Amino acid sequence: MSAGKWYLKGLRDGIPIMLGYFAVALALGINARGAGMTALQATVASLLNNASAGEYVGFTLIAAGASYIEMFVMEAIANARYLLMSTALSQRLASSVPLVQRLLLGFVVTDEIFGASVSVEGNVRPAYPYGLFTVATVGWAAGTCVGVLLGNVLPARVVSALSVALFGMFIAIFIPPAKKDKVVAVLVVLSFGLSFLFSRLGPLSSIPEGIRTIILTVALSLGAALLFPRKEAADGEA
Amino acid sequence: MRHNVWLYIAVMAATTYAIRVLPLTIIRRPIKSTLIRSFLYYVPYVTLAVMTFPAILDATQSVWAAVAALVVGIVLAWCGGGLFLVSVVCCVVVFVAELFL
Repeated sequence: MSAGKWYLKGLRDGIPIMLGYFAVALALGINARGAGMTALQATVASLLNNASAGEYVGFTLIAAGASYIEMFVMEAIANARYLLMSTALSQRLASSVPLVQRLLLGFVVTDEIFGASVSVEGNVRPAYPYGLFTVATVGWAAGTCVGVLLGNVLPARVVSALSVALFGMFIAIFIPPAKKDKVVAVLVVLSFGLSFLFSRLGPLSSIPEGIRTIILTVALSLGAALLFPRKEAADGEA
Repeated sequence: MRHNVWLYIAVMAATTYAIRVLPLTIIRRPIKSTLIRSFLYYVPYVTLAVMTFPAILDATQSVWAAVAALVVGIVLAWCGGGLFLVSVVCCVVVFVAELFL
């Protein structure tokens, strides 16, 4: 498939991401306004960050008048999972993908774009995540801007329906490999169960969400890699 | 001391970008170790599964609408539904379920 075709596929697959982002970003925009930010500031923040958890944390710190060092540390924690995602994505790129492309890709790796990108067979062509990003970022930035200016413009029921778009995508990403590979199926069940326990169980629930995601991802993936190393993992196929 | 919002945004953006771009630029060669390769193979599925549940339950007004979307989404994806279809159907399920719940 040519780069152009991949880009077009990205534009198409990016539509549900855009809708979901718009809904999530509305709430983010309302937070930004609460933090005393202008629509321009919040929109620029969204265009530059493309990270929901990271921006929530950031806007909260802005509201609190935190130090820049604190901002740096908290952003690093909220976004640490991207270290793992980018490493996984990097291994799915042909090693011939030039530095410029990698610098650009670093800008577009959101949870959803990463997920959709690695769900393709074989090597990931950069044009695909670019296509996804082109559409998705519009929803993200517009949602933030509208959230600051107008607050909740959509009925709560529409927001709640659209928010699920992103989870629907995640489901469509991890279920097909779970069907083919029993190890992945068990991992998904364990992920659901442990994530639920961590979020609802007394002292464990005080662990910030970003850290929880990393702890569980590393523990479960490492356990699976030790117990069930993949011989065919060498070919980079999903 | 009064902080500058633009400077805050710059710190946020630079930190987020650095974290995302470093592995992409530093780890360019294929990793040989089967252990690490296997680990990285499992990472996306585990991360996305961890982020889906129970977060999906808090995304909707009614928990049962989210449960319905989760179940329908899993069945549809199991039967070969792609990203776009599963995503849109999950939205529709929540929207319709919340008309009744």
